Amino acid sequence: MSRERSSAERGVLLQNPLSGISLRRHGGLIALALLLLFNIVFTRNFLHMQTLFVNVSQVATIAIVAVGMTLVIATRGVDLSVGAVMALAGALAPLIFMSSFGRANPGLGVALAIIVPLLVAAACGLFNGVLVAFLNVQPIIATLILFISGRGIALVLTNGNLQTFSNPIFSFLGTGRILGLPFQGWLALAIALFFAWLVARTLYGRYLLAVGGNETAAGLAGVPVRTVKIATYVISASLAGLAGLIVVAINSASDAARIGNLMELDAIAAAVVGGAVLSGGRAPILGAIFGAVFIQLVRYTLLANGFSDEVALIIKAAIIVFAVYLQQASRE
Amino acid sequence: MTTPLLRMTGISKAFNGVPALARAELAVDRGEVHAIVGQNGAGKSTLIKILTGVYQRDEGEIAFDGAPSTIASPREAQERGVSTIYQELNLVPLRSVTENVVLGYEPRTRWGTIDWRGAHRRTGEILSRFGVDIDVKAPLATYPTAIQQLVAIARAVSLNAKLVIMDEPTSSLDEREVEVLFGVIRELKNSGTSILYVSHFLDELFEICDRVTIMRDGRTVGVANIAETTKLDLIAAMLGRSAAEIQTAGMTELAATGDRSGELLLEAEGVATNRRLRNLSLKVRRGEIVGLAGLLGSGRTEAARAIFGCDKPTAGRVAMKGTAIDCPRTAISRGIGYLTEDRKAEGIVPELSVRENMTLALLPQLSRMGLVDKAREREIVERFIRSLGIKAAHMDQKVSELSGGNQQKVLLGRWLAIQPALLILDEPTRGVDVGAKLEIQAIIRRYVDEGCGVILISSEFQELIEGADEIVVLQEGESVRTVSNPGVTEDMLVHAIAQPKAKEVDA
Amino acid sequence: MLGDAFDLRTYTRQLGRSSTITVWIALLCLILFGLLRYDNFGSTYNIGSFLNYNSMFILISVGMCFVIMTGGIDLSVGSVAAFASVVAALLSPHGLWVALPGGILAGMAFGAVNAFIILVMRVPPFMATLATMLAAKGCALVLSGKQTVSVSWESNFTTLGMSSAFGILPWTILVTAIVVVAAWIVLEKTSLGRTVLAVGGSPDAAHLMGLKTGRAIAFVYLFSGACAGLAGVFLASGYGAGQPLEGVGWELAAIASVVVGGTLLTGGLGSIPATVAGALLFGLVFNILNFENGRGTISLSAYWQSVIRGGLLLLVILLQARVQSLGVRSKTS
Repeated sequence: MSRERSSAERGVLLQNPLSGISLRRHGGLIALALLLLFNIVFTRNFLHMQTLFVNVSQVATIAIVAVGMTLVIATRGVDLSVGAVMALAGALAPLIFMSSFGRANPGLGVALAIIVPLLVAAACGLFNGVLVAFLNVQPIIATLILFISGRGIALVLTNGNLQTFSNPIFSFLGTGRILGLPFQGWLALAIALFFAWLVARTLYGRYLLAVGGNETAAGLAGVPVRTVKIATYVISASLAGLAGLIVVAINSASDAARIGNLMELDAIAAAVVGGAVLSGGRAPILGAIFGAVFIQLVRYTLLANGFSDEVALIIKAAIIVFAVYLQQASRE
Repeated sequence: MTTPLLRMTGISKAFNGVPALARAELAVDRGEVHAIVGQNGAGKSTLIKILTGVYQRDEGEIAFDGAPSTIASPREAQERGVSTIYQELNLVPLRSVTENVVLGYEPRTRWGTIDWRGAHRRTGEILSRFGVDIDVKAPLATYPTAIQQLVAIARAVSLNAKLVIMDEPTSSLDEREVEVLFGVIRELKNSGTSILYVSHFLDELFEICDRVTIMRDGRTVGVANIAETTKLDLIAAMLGRSAAEIQTAGMTELAATGDRSGELLLEAEGVATNRRLRNLSLKVRRGEIVGLAGLLGSGRTEAARAIFGCDKPTAGRVAMKGTAIDCPRTAISRGIGYLTEDRKAEGIVPELSVRENMTLALLPQLSRMGLVDKAREREIVERFIRSLGIKAAHMDQKVSELSGGNQQKVLLGRWLAIQPALLILDEPTRGVDVGAKLEIQAIIRRYVDEGCGVILISSEFQELIEGADEIVVLQEGESVRTVSNPGVTEDMLVHAIAQPKAKEVDA
Repeated sequence: MLGDAFDLRTYTRQLGRSSTITVWIALLCLILFGLLRYDNFGSTYNIGSFLNYNSMFILISVGMCFVIMTGGIDLSVGSVAAFASVVAALLSPHGLWVALPGGILAGMAFGAVNAFIILVMRVPPFMATLATMLAAKGCALVLSGKQTVSVSWESNFTTLGMSSAFGILPWTILVTAIVVVAAWIVLEKTSLGRTVLAVGGSPDAAHLMGLKTGRAIAFVYLFSGACAGLAGVFLASGYGAGQPLEGVGWELAAIASVVVGGTLLTGGLGSIPATVAGALLFGLVFNILNFENGRGTISLSAYWQSVIRGGLLLLVILLQARVQSLGVRSKTS
């Protein structure tokens, strides 16, 4: 089958080696452009700074988690535990800086309230990674364990209570502004650029794509397949942990039952719309950002024009199916 | 003369313009055991898949049981009376023996539910006809391969098959099990069922078959009564020793120059693995090509995997310049490269570019602090694209868009780039066109002359005879004898491969 | 080669028999524990309300079991159940005999959409059902206007969820039992059921054996949708309202029950009774935690439930991973 594909593509590629890819890429960009155009013409107050601010602050956490999800999907995996890990990290942070130690040492408290949750998140990723890489558990099931119990642990830690706080240093994560735009927007951008660079330029990135593209061949070429997989799950969970901290900082409150709820779905959707394929081997990081922005913009457009949130949900579902269908069709 | 049960005439089939079958013929009589033999790629399995409706033919006629056949799917084939027992047993291992026999054609009770009692009984009856008495309710996977094979045949019988196709049925059976299978085949034959038997174990054909059809390059090159032919005749016909391509002077680009006093690189002694490798011993020196010869299934690829550290040895040891090899990473760090036989499954990473594929094994040396030195990478890739004559639009083209020969050169480049001390090449020229083949052979020779050691696995005798300094012959996972150049002839090699395991040390 | 056979023998033994036996033993132990420790554990009220609540999970677990046996997955069951509860609540004024089939058909409609996306559009089941999960949730919210939809108390709709057959056996339990038995018969006694298992065990082999694989796949998603639909009807009828926001995480609870019941996630092996046992096991853990809290000996919050669920799942996965690796090894050699 792939033989057929390669020769069929060869026919096209003789004329223009990039035509297939660029057309697909442009397709998404054209859709985004049309969406922007539509909004500029029809949506009231679209070209206001406030609109940008709202959208950026809403999309940032999804984008950050989607970056990790894209890496995991590139290994032919999926990480369902991101939402639960967000809750865990988000529940831990206030516990730390509101503890007696944290109150006594505010600076150190906040530092620990960022570092410790991230380490715990990374440990969750390690757990996922070991199950996947060493025990050959299917990723969807391996990460299902923490999906179920991660949020439970967070709820147990906080006893299910809403933790409210006012801690300006910590809240900067979610409410700070740089050049008039939300801090987390810049953070998401920096993370995306960093990981895009990581994928394109480093040993890890190359190994990641090789493992996802053909695990057997990669192993035979000396790629440390297990290490790469574990590292990827650790990255995904750490980014989820960071996103959890941001969500808590935005709200100046931590509700373990709600932080990161359904985040796994949004992140998978963003990654897939951005061009990640479930069969692995591709890690379009900037695509994931594009996917997150695209989905957010569709939602915003619908909401701003009087459609309800639930209609937006249905449209999102259609977009996901359509994106995967197009991928599938172009491969067959 | 009665009309044959099956007659296929002028069958052609091409995949993307690459012909797999060119006017192939096949005729099977009623109650006959008919063999098909041929090298890899001769078109045997394509022909069978056309017969069973997995593929559709481009042209040609098929007549089955007195009527033109229009079989379009495996189910239709079964219903017309053609049952196939594939090499990779196409059964469901987790389900019971009975289910595997009756699936899709279950006997029903009055209420339309499956009559399990009847199904178990019928399955038991068929199997006991084969002299097998087992618990048919147990999952198929709990039985050894031989029994599973018989279950597949029982399925064919229970579907009242007129023609049973067996694709390499004995490849994973031991001698005793083969005897049981042959008993079943004779029993089928006596009851009037025809059998189409595909096997690369030629000795078997003489024991069980009536006639044999020989295929080469998608064509039927001969049909013979098995009683009137010899094993050497068959091998000669399969290899097509008269073919012009092989007859031309300087048949391959591997021809040896003959210095073999180099330093000892690799030593394997008494190596056995779980993968059908039983006893492998060989030595490779600098500047030497050691060939591995043997029929399919003799353990050549398994030998390569053991040397490269993919399979853990259960006995014996492999040492590269004195240090043991325990996994591919160590092998690579010790300067061993392994060009695998299955380019698609174990070689290329299709989504990655030519450049990324080529430097995959070299990456650790190309990167500092985890950062890939792209300038050096491009320079190295550029060099290999030029020196290997890889035809790609540019180095960032997806490797899956290249032709087979060029993909192979990219993979060769992957290993040459690590400046290997030893290269293991498993069928390096299979499935590439003649031009690329000669180029690849020339490249290999160049590296060997520069002091690289090579283990060469090839089904093409010419490649081995002209290229290898020594040829280690494998039979059933065991290195049985070694023939040394100069002076090896094709007849000698054919004899060495075909002769049953003997006590002698050298040919 | 004989070695392989032995490995596989232990493998299938462990999976085919003992892992389903394990779940039954675990279930029995928990029941015994409960009976000995708490006075009211064996009371008609506790048993009735326990089964009544868990009947919804049993239903979707059985549907999920069929899907997983083909090697697929259905993430949409939770929101489909919520959607069906809304549909049933809206139809409830017309009586049970309209609302019940209505709810089931609503579930099957999403099952059909799943089957279409998977079979015709060739989208992997995971993505396909993920999308319908969102779509069903959206549809439930649109249809309900984001409110819980009260059912009609004038019609006989609430009979199903709130009263008992012959005065003792709650209707939901009876209906669930019928579905479970029917599912069990289909799986064990019909060609369709066997095809479902064959498709999951070895898709290529099933095709080459001439089985109707597409039909089997379409069936499992339709059946899973119908089960989710019925669970939704129970939800509306038993709790007096169509609840568009219910069903979050149900799919994962169902997957966990199926896995604990010894069904191989890669398909090809599964048991309906053991899946029911798995669902009951998870329900019991929660039930016992309630009793424990009621006694006041420990104050384990309800949040422990999910932690314990995850732990149980991990245990089963470790067991499965071990035996599976045996299977994989013998397949490659």
